[in-house]
Amino acid sequence: MHSILKTSLATLAAASITATAAFADSHALSGDLKITSDMSNPAPRAVMEGLVADFGAMHPELNIELTIVDREAWKTQIRNALTANPPDVINWYAATRMTPYVDAGLFMDISDLWAEPEMAALASTKGAMTLDGKQWGVPYTYYQWGVYYRKDIFEELGLTEPATWDEELANCQAILDSGRKCYTIGSKFLWTAGGWFDYINSRTNGYEFHIELANGEVPWTDDRVRQTFANWRQLIDMGAYVDDHQSYSWQEAMPFMVDGDAAAYLMGNFSVAAFRDGGLTDDQLDFYQFPTINPDVAPAEDAPTDTFHIASGAQNVEAAKAFLLYVTSADVQSEINGGDALGQLPVNANAAVSDDKFIQQGFDMLSNNASGGIMQFFDRDFPAEMASVGMEGLQEFMVFPDHLDDILERLEDARQRIYQ
Amino acid sequence: MSTATTNAAPSRGWYKRNEIAITPWLFLLPAMVFFAYYVIYPICESFRISFYDWDGLGEATYVGTANYERLLFDDRKFNVSFLNNIKWLILYLLAIPLGLFISLFLNQTVRGIRLYKSLFFFPFVISQVVVGLVFSWFYLPKEGLLNAILAYFGSDGVNILGDPSLATYGIIAAGLWPQTAYCMILYLTGLNAVDPEQVEAARLDGAKGHKMLWYVILPQLKPATFIAFVVTIIGALRSFDFIAVMTNGGPFGSTRVLSFYMFEESLSEFGFRMGYGAAIAVVLFFIMLIFITYFLWSMYQDEKGAR
Repeated sequence: MHSILKTSLATLAAASITATAAFADSHALSGDLKITSDMSNPAPRAVMEGLVADFGAMHPELNIELTIVDREAWKTQIRNALTANPPDVINWYAATRMTPYVDAGLFMDISDLWAEPEMAALASTKGAMTLDGKQWGVPYTYYQWGVYYRKDIFEELGLTEPATWDEELANCQAILDSGRKCYTIGSKFLWTAGGWFDYINSRTNGYEFHIELANGEVPWTDDRVRQTFANWRQLIDMGAYVDDHQSYSWQEAMPFMVDGDAAAYLMGNFSVAAFRDGGLTDDQLDFYQFPTINPDVAPAEDAPTDTFHIASGAQNVEAAKAFLLYVTSADVQSEINGGDALGQLPVNANAAVSDDKFIQQGFDMLSNNASGGIMQFFDRDFPAEMASVGMEGLQEFMVFPDHLDDILERLEDARQRIYQ
Repeated sequence: MSTATTNAAPSRGWYKRNEIAITPWLFLLPAMVFFAYYVIYPICESFRISFYDWDGLGEATYVGTANYERLLFDDRKFNVSFLNNIKWLILYLLAIPLGLFISLFLNQTVRGIRLYKSLFFFPFVISQVVVGLVFSWFYLPKEGLLNAILAYFGSDGVNILGDPSLATYGIIAAGLWPQTAYCMILYLTGLNAVDPEQVEAARLDGAKGHKMLWYVILPQLKPATFIAFVVTIIGALRSFDFIAVMTNGGPFGSTRVLSFYMFEESLSEFGFRMGYGAAIAVVLFFIMLIFITYFLWSMYQDEKGAR
């Protein structure tokens, strides 16, 4: 049954490509196509291998070599992979995270691919793939961030999903009074603190300000940044976060919520699988959008996008472009982002969204209630160096909020050096 | 017969004539080529890169000594890392007396002593990464064994690796465990070589206890002490693995040492400052050079004495 479905999808996709794509029109693709992927976790790995198998079945003349690299290791290996004998297609991340490779001329400009008619369905992600007015890759999946919370604890305490900051603080006080922590977080690897900053800053000062800060156009010592930290500090001073979070990874912080010692977790949708593995049922687990802080700014959301790129040294550009078109086509998008595959959001507007409760909520939130804009996440929007210095400062702030002046001066010092 | 040899002499090849002088160099040649290519050349390259501003991918720009000026006079992270290196160098030396006492304790003939010796040596055999992991579990704020013990004595518990003022000491303690085992094994072999006649003579003269240890045993252990000192200093400068596994440089960078800082600036996920990383490497190189010079000088003195 499954294989029949797969083959029919493949033929469908083949039909849609041959019908329109200029890159794969008259003659069949041939030669070697080398793909290096970072989709090393079990489910993504199966998706990637499936993609290659199906694409290979459509193009029997094409010999596809797939190399799968550990996802964390790839973050540093990509430099070597791109500089010496590069593969044709690689995985990476959207937005500013692409900058070093674009500046060094290691990613291929694929603006011509984006001019193809079928790419219109990906318009919403075009901005995240654009640097210097050109497009450098295609997205294949993205996921929402938000607050995952224990519905049963909320019901026990008679709480509802907060929509405003005041409701949020009142909820948190009630949770604390019941002897629990409001939020679990593990900040050992720093980035989790970046999520909190993204949300509080964009809710306080708006998306434009957040991006200006990411682009180095606003000093870190600006009063508006201080306002963000003042809002954040309200939660910290209440004792909203679990103790000793600087010693835990995000996975190690999860048992607090599974055991009911903490009520909520600001996280990406990839955490749902871990919650379910931990034994939480969909009756216990629910999701809400991060509450409004400043009613005058439109809500912006973190929705990190994972991408495919063509290396500038690619040998088989034609096949690489055809592969990118194939991955982003509506049917393939529906298939690979389905609940039994990646379990995330498809980038193609014509693709079907999985009927999973959390994916549905996320899709609804991002389509209807993210008018401020889509952020890619702290470590993808800010340049690499600023992100690393910044997240370290955020972690320190969460543990020692009194150090704020010192932290902001350090970040400002780093900003003046990095964005010269 | 003799005429034959004199006639043959001029016809001997160039190599035959210089055999004694050349052969050692021929044997040394492969090692020298590899050493030059894999050690000397990278060192020179590090010096060169340290004068550039380079992200490791694109064009490098020559910036003169700017990297060093920033590093030495205007970088708090460097100061923290340097200070931590000093802490490591000093506290890691504790492994030498600890190793000595354990070896003295184990240097006796009782049933099963081999087993006890192996158990004491065991931490040195397992990987540093595993030791780091075990200790980070031991230190865990709630679930860790350390806090369970402290709780038994009525203490509130302490988050060693999460506290910027304690974390480095926590990691050094973890590092001391295998290093003590290493020093112990060095001293155990050294104790085997102690001359029993000298001990006997000292005993007849009425030496015992710490006097015996200080004036008779320890001088004979001098070679072992020297080696223990060398490996401990080198171990302290190579503390990278423990830090990477136990705290990843955190909390807020308080456990960085120079080698970790170098990695972070130039090679890690967010590190794109090859020039700056190379400048740190050069500083670290000079620190190591102080010790290397001392080691070589002291070995040279020994050789001279032996002649």
